[in-house]
Amino acid sequence: MKRIAIVLSLAALAALLAAVPARAAGSVLVKNGIVLTVTKGVLARADVLVENGVITRIGEKIAAPPGVKVVDAAGRYVVPGLIDSHTHIALAGTNEGSEAITPEADVGAVINADDPAIFTALTGGVTMAHTMHGSANPIGGPNVTLKMKWGRPSEDLVVHEAWPTLKFALGENVKQSSRTVTIGGPPPRYPQTRMGTNAIIRRELLRARNYMAEWDRYEKLKASKMPPKTLLPPRRDLRLEVLADLLKGKMVARCHDYQATEALEFMGLAKEFGFKLAVFEHAWEAYKIADELAAAKIGISVFADSWAYKMEAAEGIAYDAGYCAKKGVLVSINSDSSERIRRLFNDAAKTMKYGGLTEDEALTLVTINPAKQLGVDKLVGSLEVGKHGDIAVFNEHPMSAYTRCDVTIVDGEVFFDRAALAAAREEAAKKGGRP
Amino acid sequence: MSRRPIVLLPLILAAAASLASAAAPAKTIAVVNAKIVPVVGPDLASGTILIKDGRIADIGAAVSVPAGAEIVDGKGLTAYPGMIDAYSFLGLQEITGVNATVDNQETGRINPQVWAIEALRYDSMHIPIARANGITAAIVAPTGGLISGRSVLIKLDGWTNREMVVKNPAFLQIELPGIRSGRGGGGGFGQRGGGMMQSTASLVAELKDLFASARAYEKRKLYAAKTLSVSLPGFDETSEFLLPVLKGEIPVMISVHADRDIQAAIKFVKDEGLKAVFYGAEQGWKVASDLKASGIPVIISQLYAMPPVWDDGYDQLFMNAVRLSQSGVKIAFSSGSATAAKDLPYHAAKAAAFGLDRREALKAVTIAPAEMFGVAGEMGSLEKGKTANIVLADGDLLEQRTNVKAVFIDGKPCDMSNRYTELLDKFKKR
Repeated sequence: MKRIAIVLSLAALAALLAAVPARAAGSVLVKNGIVLTVTKGVLARADVLVENGVITRIGEKIAAPPGVKVVDAAGRYVVPGLIDSHTHIALAGTNEGSEAITPEADVGAVINADDPAIFTALTGGVTMAHTMHGSANPIGGPNVTLKMKWGRPSEDLVVHEAWPTLKFALGENVKQSSRTVTIGGPPPRYPQTRMGTNAIIRRELLRARNYMAEWDRYEKLKASKMPPKTLLPPRRDLRLEVLADLLKGKMVARCHDYQATEALEFMGLAKEFGFKLAVFEHAWEAYKIADELAAAKIGISVFADSWAYKMEAAEGIAYDAGYCAKKGVLVSINSDSSERIRRLFNDAAKTMKYGGLTEDEALTLVTINPAKQLGVDKLVGSLEVGKHGDIAVFNEHPMSAYTRCDVTIVDGEVFFDRAALAAAREEAAKKGGRP
Repeated sequence: MSRRPIVLLPLILAAAASLASAAAPAKTIAVVNAKIVPVVGPDLASGTILIKDGRIADIGAAVSVPAGAEIVDGKGLTAYPGMIDAYSFLGLQEITGVNATVDNQETGRINPQVWAIEALRYDSMHIPIARANGITAAIVAPTGGLISGRSVLIKLDGWTNREMVVKNPAFLQIELPGIRSGRGGGGGFGQRGGGMMQSTASLVAELKDLFASARAYEKRKLYAAKTLSVSLPGFDETSEFLLPVLKGEIPVMISVHADRDIQAAIKFVKDEGLKAVFYGAEQGWKVASDLKASGIPVIISQLYAMPPVWDDGYDQLFMNAVRLSQSGVKIAFSSGSATAAKDLPYHAAKAAAFGLDRREALKAVTIAPAEMFGVAGEMGSLEKGKTANIVLADGDLLEQRTNVKAVFIDGKPCDMSNRYTELLDKFKKR
């Protein structure tokens, strides 16, 4: 019943968001590449035409409409732009760690379109990133999904169609395990345990329920035949408004976790309160509870193999992603880093060694799977007619260690072109300067 | 997972069992039908490697297998020499964020007296993971300060720390400052947590001063030894532990990053008559001809990093490796890590993606580091007479998607299980 309610409310949400602002877009024809569509197989030699930001044709011998730029991809691999399901790039602030509960602290309000990490992402074929509130708080704040449109103002980057997501966090960061308590320094912040973490999240959700009930009562009274003359609306609470949106299904939860126990307990909270838990972040012990995750249809967004940097990552084995994917969990590989973001494809390839995924399966972990996790798989994550013209061109198969991204296209516009960049640098060097 | 060692595992286990008993005479192992990439010399489409007494007794396309030899069928596999990580923290770090498990950085700035081997955790969970990916030897280095201590070259097999030693000490580790830059962080490990960064000039002057003091100390000691009426100098730990370096008995590995600092370090090495390799040299491409002329080889720091100077281009670290190699500077790759030491081959492949010749990339994780560490007579290639450090892989060794099926160190088949496989197997049983 609750599930149905969530699905319905998400549908309502989608309808609401259908009226999104038009995005700046371009047209381009990517010719003669080996096209890895991800969802529709591999085309040995094909062209991809993007018109006004949308893929209009995929096939052989497509002629470029007048004025449309042509990218020659002969002998090279054409893949959907990669998607990073978990980053903190392009933000002027990440954590509001002064309090444990800060759902009102929205990173979408502090997008920094000047962050060179956007360019770095492009050099690795990444065209979209879910950029998130940090993990200092049990309830952090809303996250935002951005296109990697380097050089454009922040409002041009926002992907309005993506699900609104709310960051939760569990474990060592939240309980401040690496913080040294100094004599005379500030007292430790509640919570300092995993017990307290779960308790404080439950408390806030109960408060939100209470808040919603109060508003319901007010609306009912207001709509009644004889509303009391002294009727006043409840006091608006911006913190609880966000949690109410979560409980109403207008947002989905993304939860940073490492250990199996805390993950299972948070799943319990999601069930108890009927909110949609979309993805566990990092989830280094997901392989221990893969069955539960698959059954509950909760995705994971994980590192390929960055582990053992803290105690709760000591059992984060490189098989996590591949094993969970084979168990039916929706898995994406994330960077969580402004450097690692440019080698997501290398990280995805590791699931072939650790987990036995095929090339095609490994590629889904950085394309269609993260798209699904962000609620934008109808728009991006594969090369299909009607989808956004977000495309990366690699000189070798993207799952080869010898590969390199040569061209990255967002909404039909070329935002990264290695050859053009090299030429520009050479030209600038001749003049004694730098581009 | 289950499909990985089907053919190979029983053979390896049989071989391992036969080798387990020290009393029994070592059996000859024959790896047959494998493609062979000896690194030096041409590849063999299919050949045999005979392993006897821990060494490669014979190798070639037409090697006859003696009766009674254990046969390892290498059909569909490629034999490579084991890879060598030219700079790691293996055995000195377990959980990097938990200080109790970290032993690679002593406090203070001048620590020639500390030995990596003495803290080396031989049963570190990271060693079998790296080994299972085809890495059979590594430099393990202390870091931090100006003189960080003595590194060791280990093989990634052994029941005690001392059993793992190939060369000890390998180097005295010296660290010059990272690259000052507004963006992208320091050039290398540099000076951690030390407030203001000192200039390279002042640090080189300090080193020269320390060396001069050590020489004077030695002189006084020798004089006092001959002259009873002259008292011995007070024991000076720093000088004592610098003297073998000054005498050329221990080479130095100098962590150096910016172009001008590299030039200063070349001069310093020459002035002091040191045997040296450089680590980092992220701006080496700007002074490649100086590096080439000096004959000093370069260990490329791990490439999972942003360029220290943004304006040098997003691919600058990759291109640095390419350009140095193309300029004739000998390079080796490194993981700079314990937790990610298994990734060594991918740093080499990354440089290859940006133009480094693939064979040179492979050399830079095998024979080139062996030459830098003075052990090329023992390891780094598949050649008759060398230690049998052999990797059998089902594809190109530098590819992430390749599975390493078997690893031999000193001719002994290694246990391929590790923390990853143990935990996976445990929870697979759920």
